[in-house]
Amino acid sequence: MTTRKTEIGGYPSPAEWAKDLNRRTVLKGGVALAGLSAIGVSCGSDAATEFTGAIGDAGGALTIGSNASDPAPQAGLAAVVGSFPNENVEVTINTLDHNTYQENINAILQAGEDDVLAWFAGFRNKFFADQGLLGDISDVWDQVDGLGAGFLAASTATDGKQYFMPTSYYTWAVNYSKSLFAEKGYSEPSNVDELLSLADDMASDGITPFVFANDGQWPIMGTFDVLNMRINGYDFHIDLMGGNHEWTDERVRNVFSTWESLLPYHQTGANGRTWQEGAAALETGECGMYLLGTFAASASEALAADMDFFNFPEIDPAIGAGALDAPIDGFQMIAEPKNAAAAKELLLHMSTATAQDAYLSEDPSVVASNSGANTSVYNDLQKKSAALASSATGISQFLDRDTIPDFAGECGNMFAEFIEDPSKVDSLLSDLEEKKVAIFADYS
Amino acid sequence: MSLDESVTATDHDVTTPVTSHEREEGRRSHSLLTGSDRRTLTLMTAVPSFLHIALVWIPAIGTFILSFTNWNGVRWSSLKWVGFRNYEQLFTVFEKDLYESLFNNLWVMVALFFLGTPLGMLIAYILDRNLKGSAIYQSIFYTPVVLSLAVVGFIWRSVIYSPGQGILNSVLGRTEPGNQIDWLGNPDFLIPITSEYGLSKNFMALIAAMIWVHVGYVMVLYLAGLKSVDPNLREAAAIDGANEWQVFRQVIFPAMKPVNIVIMVITVITSLRVFDIIDVLNNPIGTDVLSILVTDNILGESGNVGRGSAYGVMLLLVCFGFAIIYLRNAFGEED
Repeated sequence: MTTRKTEIGGYPSPAEWAKDLNRRTVLKGGVALAGLSAIGVSCGSDAATEFTGAIGDAGGALTIGSNASDPAPQAGLAAVVGSFPNENVEVTINTLDHNTYQENINAILQAGEDDVLAWFAGFRNKFFADQGLLGDISDVWDQVDGLGAGFLAASTATDGKQYFMPTSYYTWAVNYSKSLFAEKGYSEPSNVDELLSLADDMASDGITPFVFANDGQWPIMGTFDVLNMRINGYDFHIDLMGGNHEWTDERVRNVFSTWESLLPYHQTGANGRTWQEGAAALETGECGMYLLGTFAASASEALAADMDFFNFPEIDPAIGAGALDAPIDGFQMIAEPKNAAAAKELLLHMSTATAQDAYLSEDPSVVASNSGANTSVYNDLQKKSAALASSATGISQFLDRDTIPDFAGECGNMFAEFIEDPSKVDSLLSDLEEKKVAIFADYS
Repeated sequence: MSLDESVTATDHDVTTPVTSHEREEGRRSHSLLTGSDRRTLTLMTAVPSFLHIALVWIPAIGTFILSFTNWNGVRWSSLKWVGFRNYEQLFTVFEKDLYESLFNNLWVMVALFFLGTPLGMLIAYILDRNLKGSAIYQSIFYTPVVLSLAVVGFIWRSVIYSPGQGILNSVLGRTEPGNQIDWLGNPDFLIPITSEYGLSKNFMALIAAMIWVHVGYVMVLYLAGLKSVDPNLREAAAIDGANEWQVFRQVIFPAMKPVNIVIMVITVITSLRVFDIIDVLNNPIGTDVLSILVTDNILGESGNVGRGSAYGVMLLLVCFGFAIIYLRNAFGEED
């Protein structure tokens, strides 16, 4: 489980969460062609296809399954496909609503209609690779240039082969409004004591220090992640996510004690508040800080223009503040693609700076994974995200990407109950441990 | 009346007059079934039977069988038989989820039965008095039933219950940071049963949304029933000196028995299969119901078909209970 030790090389970028819309869009391509090429090029298994790294040999039809249902990411992916230099490959993009796509990923993987699928790095990629549902793209990785060791680790499954091509990422940090900080004379804290005194200053100014929103029960997972990594360190966090520590462990208990002591600085009623409402509270100055992915800026243009962030400061000097959540997005190939040759060429293309520049031209909210990408067009948030991630000593993918999805859901429930009544923490943790044992046994 | 009887009756109409010899008639009408009649008959029984078996029995039995497995739904080869392990875990590891869901399903039933359904009936009764603008009121009350669930979710989450921007908190003057009411997120008990189980405040908020839909549905059904009640009954009762309540209680309500039964069945079914509104409101903590547990386990990227099926069997057992009560009543009446 500790294969994913890391620092990320190069410049990555924040992808988006809230994708709504409900339709399956076909952007490009001929359905008839798809059928023809299946006969023409197929031969499925990767053993049969020698990948040389040259783009231009393959032909036929290729289908990408995508969860990029928001306009900007959708246009971004279309731009990537547009920049694909192999004109002989007819690429079709199947876009599904974000949530629908994720809930049905199992079926999509087995249906075999889409050769290349948008997905997440780390555990959630490895989870399918271990079940034999994904195609080995180690030979593509042999040709990759400009992706750091952190990306390689996040793309490698238990068998030591690569099953993922990372294209972008975003970081989780403490977001704030520049104008509010300037107006009140606040400054970014560099350790937890400064953070607490900043929070006290805000409280005495009549500002709630932290936005707290947990509708859907995933946003505050970020708070747990960062506290655990600050208090117990990156390795412990990843091992805990991998099911290798008990949740009733004193070290986990400490995280919740610290969290409890911070709760009075947070908004009440978090469980019924959406992250967008939380972002609005940051924008209006009702609250001073918001621990969330940098996608918070996408809630409104005014916030995007006024938002800045700082890395969650260190709690234990022995551990430091080098670890953070920086979820990586990218693409994977199904186990038996209809057109493996074209799929590999496209995946290699997606790893290049050219493709990522094309993506960022449509969706500037994200940071590219390739170190050769054009950073001169980055806005301040992108530059800061990239710098933060490249200086990180440990990158985690966010709780719901770092452990079995079922178990992540149980953690989400537990956190939600904890913030309602922190006094129940011990019984909540022993329940969670019981469920962990049961759920991990299902997948062993 | 069975299928056979109806077919025979039709044969009488189209063929010769009935003879006095019953035995002869029976034989003849049998022989009068033409080839196409037989085909029709076969199709009319075979197609529904096939659909029923394929869509109801096979999935139900399949669910039952799968509840004894550990399977991620991907490949048959990864299916493992685990005996009663899933059930055991339901009552030892996941017992809070299970009991909470059973309670919540029960709360929905109680709320719809004592609040939603009577309210729908009352509205129907009032609208039946040929009020001015009755059609407009009917449309308004019925609107929630026809709205898309995405819209229903938006209305309740963002327009009504939103802590900072919602109508409810604005009307109640609870918009200040710190005194906002967290309608959908607060799992404290409104009606505690034990220290761990009870009717939570946020689930009551969800029930309000369910009632909102249910009232319109019941209203339309009841209104249709009321139109068919002979107005003379009402007049006669009034002449006998019965007041409004007595007329309803003693005359209209008993006359509406068939509609009442339909509405009762719908109320029970709705409360057992409730899923949609909870799901569109993002299933806050403390608001699980059985159908949510089933889908959460079976769907999703790490599908746990075995455990989800075990929850499904629990739901099936609860439904059986109500089906037996209903059938016993329904057949009891005919005797």
